[in-house]
Amino acid sequence: MTVAVQQQKMSINQPLINLGLVKAHIIVGFGFLIIAMLMGVFYALQLNNMYPFPGIEFLSPGRIRMIHTNGVAFGFIVNVFLAGLYWAVPRLTKSKVLDDRLGWLIFWVYLFIILWTVVGILAGHGQAVEWGETPNMFSPNGSILFPIDTLVLVGLILIAIQFLTPIFKFGSKEPMYVSLWYFSVAFIWVILTYAMGNFLPEFIPGAGGATFVGLYIHDLVGLLVTPLGWGMMYFFVPSLLKKPIWSHAVSLLGFWGLAFFYPLQGVHHFIYSTIPMFAQFGAVVSTVAIEIMVVTVFINFFMTLRGRELAPVTNMPIRWFYTGMVFYVITCIQCAVHVQFWAQEFVHFTDWVVGHAHLIMFGTFGFWLIGITTDLWPRVLGKQNWWSPALHEWVFWMCTIGLASMFVALTSAGLVEGFLWKGLAPWEVSLQSVRLIWLFRTATGLLMFVGILLFAYNMYMTYTRPETEEASVGMPAVAPAK
Amino acid sequence: MEKTIEKFQFIFLVAGIGFFALAFIVSGVVTVNAISDLPYTSLDEMSQDVSPYFIAMSNQYPEQFETYYPGGPTSENYREALNLGRNVYIAEACWHCHTQQVRPVANEDVRFGPVSTAAEQQHELMLPQLLGTRRVGPDLSRESGFRSNDWHAAHFYNPQAVAPTSVMPRYTWFYDGKAPNKKGIAMITYMQWLGSNVEQQ
Repeated sequence: MTVAVQQQKMSINQPLINLGLVKAHIIVGFGFLIIAMLMGVFYALQLNNMYPFPGIEFLSPGRIRMIHTNGVAFGFIVNVFLAGLYWAVPRLTKSKVLDDRLGWLIFWVYLFIILWTVVGILAGHGQAVEWGETPNMFSPNGSILFPIDTLVLVGLILIAIQFLTPIFKFGSKEPMYVSLWYFSVAFIWVILTYAMGNFLPEFIPGAGGATFVGLYIHDLVGLLVTPLGWGMMYFFVPSLLKKPIWSHAVSLLGFWGLAFFYPLQGVHHFIYSTIPMFAQFGAVVSTVAIEIMVVTVFINFFMTLRGRELAPVTNMPIRWFYTGMVFYVITCIQCAVHVQFWAQEFVHFTDWVVGHAHLIMFGTFGFWLIGITTDLWPRVLGKQNWWSPALHEWVFWMCTIGLASMFVALTSAGLVEGFLWKGLAPWEVSLQSVRLIWLFRTATGLLMFVGILLFAYNMYMTYTRPETEEASVGMPAVAPAK
Repeated sequence: MEKTIEKFQFIFLVAGIGFFALAFIVSGVVTVNAISDLPYTSLDEMSQDVSPYFIAMSNQYPEQFETYYPGGPTSENYREALNLGRNVYIAEACWHCHTQQVRPVANEDVRFGPVSTAAEQQHELMLPQLLGTRRVGPDLSRESGFRSNDWHAAHFYNPQAVAPTSVMPRYTWFYDGKAPNKKGIAMITYMQWLGSNVEQQ
């Protein structure tokens, strides 16, 4: 792939890329990840009846949980993706993003929106849309002081203008590289999804509103995080491995399969609910259909690894990426199975789903974003390597072991709950039965949290310490291109 | 074609707008249209018949009613309490751990009560919908009359006092001292309303 080769030849010193914006978005993104994970740990402690701040209104666990989910989605994931976009889009389109000043405006406005969201949620202005609890003026708890959803929509339009301008300039004349296909659609999808999911449910009651909430929950993962994630993988993996993606035809199949089937699945979050059954059946069919596409993308990336099988061992970003892909394919196969009606009877409403959500959001997209940061952080600082590659190994294994054991714990807790509920055991029995699993889950969460704290410490030390000349072992992440 | 399919205009219009619009219509608009003829009940209509639980509370906590719901258990006060109860239910994210739907599977009709229908959810307290996707605690859509006002008053103050294995947080800010304040009365009223529009077994 010629584009991948071109990327390598470009020097980081070219004014094509605004390194300050990349750096700023990474710092803020990981700041919010730490806050969001801390909130997750607090909420897990509530399930152990060990919540540190009981009876305080503004630190109520219910409100804390909204900061956990929204902080991860909008604070961490979107910010680090923006960093990746400021790095990748100018290289792929051979031109700067629209305007650096617009970039800084977006950065500060977005930071303000997220902080104001935290204030709004803690003050009790949350919205009853899962993953869209950001305060909305039109919701029953809405306040004119917290028009967050409207502001986010304006912010998303600014982001789209910022990045779609160079993509349009380049892509309207000649064929674009795979990454740009994903980026082109992600910006418009997220605007449409956000407008649909945050506003329509305030005007459509009951099952009809649930339909759009289902579409929103699913589309936020499927039409924002997934296309940006795969777009990043199609950019970073070939450029780090210094070889092209295995098959262009399979890339085409994967993209168009995702684009067609993903938006159709939202209702599968409400199986056996009061939403008309034809919508539920349709959602299940398209959910199974997309798994075929997922497998093609998975094959494409693992065939790319052919001849470079040791890269995930020796190259740290590649290791984060491919571990994330393994978690991705586990999630997606799990999804094709548990979306079935017979499985939904047992696993719906249980911890099974919570395990599934953590596997995809942290195990796949979190890992990919950490991988991207692993590659970019020393580069934007103009350094050869991380302060401590050995510490980075620790971060990787803490996150991987923590996440994998959390997934196993929550999945088994889900099965216990599901069968006890169907077996008509008293509700207390289902709570008692998973009590130890929930304790274990808190421990796994703490392991991941400490891992991320160490990652942040490593970032800080890389930033402040002058580079030493000693050879770095195990991390040829930024070895100069030959 | 080989060139067109990889150009911006084609991808943006077909995949970005076209496929999203298709899914929006097929999954969303068609589905909503299918249930659009179900009658919708507004909060004004719902609050015409004041719940006996609300009246009982006005007798039990006369000073609190004097302060927060002056005029006693009128329709207007009942409406205000229902609305505030639902708003607090959203603000405290109760719907993260409690559902408001009974499914026709997994013996849920035995445990909770009649299976939910789309018709029973077409009212203002389900705007926005609160069906829920997770059950740490039990379903609440058939809660009306299942417990007493006193049970709820004790439970919101300290869930572990009445349900020792519960992992529900304490909501002490629903109370002035030990008596429920405006929010507390509203929450109990809302709990005692849930499912009262459905014929119980």
